[in-house]
Formats: sequence, structure tokens, C-alpha cells
Amino acid sequence: MKESFSIRGVEFKNRVLVASGTFGYGDEVKDLVDVNKLGGICTKSLSWKPRDGNPPRRIVETPSGMLNSIGLANIGVHNFIKEKLPYLRTLDTAIIANIAASSIEEYCDVLSLLEQQEGIDGYEINVSCPNVKEGGLIFGTDCSKTREITARLRPLTNKPLIIKLTPNVTHISEFARAVAEEGADAVSVINTLIGMAVDIGTRKPKLSTVTGGLSGPAIKPLALAKVYEVAQAVRIPIFGIGGIMTAEDAVEFLLVGATAIQVGTANFIDPAAGVKIADGLRSYTEKNGLQDVGQLVGAMESNVAFSVLHTWL
Amino acid sequence: MIYQRIVPVTYREETAEGLFVLRFQSKEVSESASPGQFVNIRSADACLPLLRRPFSISRRVGDEIELLFNVVGQGTRMLAAKRPGDVLDVLGPLGVPFATQGEYETALIVAGGVGVAPFPFLTEELKQRGKAIVTFLGARTANQLAAANLENVQVSTDDGSRGYHGTVVALVREYLRQRRVSRSKIFGCGPTRMLKALAEVAGETNIDCEVSLEGNMACGVGLCQGCPVERSNGKKKYALVCVEGPTFNAKDIILT
Repeated sequence: MKESFSIRGVEFKNRVLVASGTFGYGDEVKDLVDVNKLGGICTKSLSWKPRDGNPPRRIVETPSGMLNSIGLANIGVHNFIKEKLPYLRTLDTAIIANIAASSIEEYCDVLSLLEQQEGIDGYEINVSCPNVKEGGLIFGTDCSKTREITARLRPLTNKPLIIKLTPNVTHISEFARAVAEEGADAVSVINTLIGMAVDIGTRKPKLSTVTGGLSGPAIKPLALAKVYEVAQAVRIPIFGIGGIMTAEDAVEFLLVGATAIQVGTANFIDPAAGVKIADGLRSYTEKNGLQDVGQLVGAMESNVAFSVLHTWL
Repeated sequence: MIYQRIVPVTYREETAEGLFVLRFQSKEVSESASPGQFVNIRSADACLPLLRRPFSISRRVGDEIELLFNVVGQGTRMLAAKRPGDVLDVLGPLGVPFATQGEYETALIVAGGVGVAPFPFLTEELKQRGKAIVTFLGARTANQLAAANLENVQVSTDDGSRGYHGTVVALVREYLRQRRVSRSKIFGCGPTRMLKALAEVAGETNIDCEVSLEGNMACGVGLCQGCPVERSNGKKKYALVCVEGPTFNAKDIILT
């Protein structure tokens, strides 16, 4: 039974990673989960300087989902290298450093600094955080900016360069095409959707920043459609993300074209969710008489002639 | 050590109006718990509610953990509907315990409403440490008071239906005005506005004060970064209620 896959020479031991911002720096839940059984860990977003993040309230539960407005709170890349990377280096799983920035130069600086360190297997570029005023969505909703960031970062590394895309655009496939043309090795689809909730008692927004990012099972059908759309448009691997709680959810993402998946919100409920999903994915593959989990990728049977999406792809 | 366990409910009772006592059995959680810590509970394997709910550990009874909570939404409504034999998905114990060590002789416990939850467990530990205890317990009205397993209880109600007529912090202020209290430490839990008022009283009277906070959190273990409270000192602007709290020295945080 083959579970592994590789991107640009980096091997991932299975197709289940944990999504950035939902698993800290990997050391918070050592007691609860054997992280070496994950395909990889995407770190909390790293910026050049530490960021305090947004004031409370940062979290609101919504039907089958949650809104967050953390605001990229992180210890900064220098503290990450000193305090977190030594532990991550001891792990036997792929370490993907997620980078967030408020300027193209900052993306380049953080990536270049990380390039000089041992223990990073690849980079995921966050151009899609909905909860900060500078950077974030300003880049991710502008196709030429997303393209430019990819073009500027590509020459700086020979490791996998993954661009994490936002669904808060009309056609996510245009963005996927742009970054693929500039040499990105993969895309992560999707980051959170802009959402909000209002307290009708106080008549104030529940989140301090008014709007936040929606995640959880509530967004899964939408995420699947976005992954499918991107899979029709580009040939580079896709990390499918969005409300994956179970192995069955993961199978759906692979079938519509995700090469691998990332588990996000589910980690908050069960830090071992990723490991359980990886186990379930293996069982599903075995039960269906396949030798490689990768045989599920893009294996959905559909009649393209009836696909509405294909009219504008 | 933090455990994630599916545990059986062993006991459930409505102890005061809208206040529920629920016990579950877990030797591991029970043995590693300290006063002030909490557990994060999922009462159904479902998407509604999706997230766990945090609850103070109210008391240990053998290898069982007792919770005290009120019904505020769907999660707590489902928990209140549990019966012995039902199961819960429990993550814990979590968070930083109350700092009970120190030179003080008398502990002044101040609880507002369901904020009484962590204090039976704390009372047990303070007694073991040989501290004198005075407990101030406030509620809106008499039948919402949950005074079990506490020591030396003085009561206040907002409507005057029992004890002191006014807020629990006003009662504490009165108490401190009438006697010289030296070598004391305050432990407070309740609504943020109450804790803010309590911290002011503690500041005026120069009494060390620890408070236990609530936070809107998803995970309870530091992954989501969802439960910040503003610090009053140090380099970092925020502390996380789940892993740096829920207990804080009142001096170290800004209550708003």
C-alpha cells in the first residue's frame, strides 16, 4: 500500500497534512498526537517581526463552522528559528513553513532567512488571510500581485513553493493558472471565506474586526467546488482544504482532484484528527482494492458535458 | 499530562435554578487535575455544536470530576440533558492552576454567579495548606446560589432575597472596611465586570488577587490563538486564556 507522494523531490509520507494556523508550531499537542504519523505540518504563518494579532473577540462558532479573526498572531521568523525549529527538526514528517507578509519584500526576506536554516522542507505562501489590513487579501484578490509574489519568490528557493489561495475571488482558477505559470509547485485551496456574525442584543458585530474567516464543515461543499475548478485549470498538485473532518471528506477532495489534503478546524476539536484521517484514507484505499492512495486523485467520474463550471473555465 | 478520553457520566442534578452539577469518571483526568484548571468537552459527535466547550473543574469526588455550569446555549443545553451512562468526549486537565502557595494566612474567595464553579476544588486544597477561608458568594437571586462544598460563606444577592443586598464585590468591600485584613489573598471568578471591580478593591487594599477568566476559545490547548487577554506588562501584548490562564494575577492583565 503506497501512501506517500512527492513534490519537487520532497517526499510526504502520506496525503494528510495539518493546515497552517490550526496546529501551532507542532509542539503544543505532543501529549495528544503522534505528529510523525502526519504527512506534514504547515506552521502557523510566519512574518518578519512578531505580530500580536487582533484584539478579542477572535472566535465565534456558527452553524457547522466557526469564524476566526486571529490576525496572524505569531512569534516572528527569528523566534521561530530559535525556539520552534529545533523541535520541528527532530520530527519525521515534512515541515512546511507558512509565510505571511505585508509587502513583497517581507515575503522575500522571511523566505530567504528560512532558506539558510536546516529542517524546512518547503514553503506555503499565505496571500489569503482575510483578517489583516495590510497584505493578506490585498495580495490574494489581485491576480497580478499574486503572480508577482510567486515570480519574486521562485528564484529564491529550490524547495517546494506552494501558494495558498483565497476563495474570496470570482474565479480562483485564474489565480491558480497565474501562479502555475510563474513556477509554483503547488497550490493550497482554499483559505477561509469572509464571513460575519452579529450580536442582536448589543447590535454589535461579534468579532472585533467585524468580519472574519469562516471555516469548518460549513464550507466543505464550496471548497470541493473550488478544488474541482482549480484541478480543471492547472496540472500542478493541489492541497485540498476546507471543512475536512473525516477520511470520507478527504476521499471526496482527492476524487475531485486534490493531490493531498490539509486538516484545519478539525484539529481544534481533536488534535489527532489528521492522524485518524490518514488511517481512514488507507483503509478506504485498501477496501477499494487499490495499491496507492494516489489512485484516488482526480478519479471522480463525471460528465463534463453537463458541467456548468466548464462553461466559463 | 493532558488526556483526551471518552468518559461516562455518573451523576447529574439541577442544584440551583438553571445551575447543573454533572460528574464524569476519569481516573487519569482526576489524578492530574489541580484547582483552577478546566476541561474542554464535546457532548456529541456532531457538527452542531461543532466546538468543545470549556468548563472549570469544580470538584473531585474519588476518581470522578464534578462540573458546575449554567445553560447558555446549545452546547450547555446538550450537556445538561446528559444522564448517568451517557458519554462525553473530554480533553484535559487544561490551563494553569491557581497559585495557592505563598505566605498569606487567609484566602478570600469571591464568586459571582456560576463563577463559583472552580471554588469547591480550590477550597479543598486551601484547607490542606492550612489556610483560613472566607467565601463571598453572589447571585442575582436566592435560588441561584450554589453554596455546597465551600467554607465560611457570606452571601449577597442583587435583589436582596438573601444575605447582603447588592453585588458581591460591594459585600467584599464592606467586609474589608470593617476589619483589618492582613496576610490575605483574594481568589475571584465571575463576570468580567465583577472581576474588574474586584481587582480595583484588591488594588486599593493592597491584597494580592488572582482571577479565573473565561475565554472564547476553540481548542483549549493553544492551537487556535482564539482567546487573548491583554497583558498589563511585558513584551507581548496578549496572553492566551487557555494555556497562560485561565488563572491570572489581576496585576498582570487588563480587564475590559
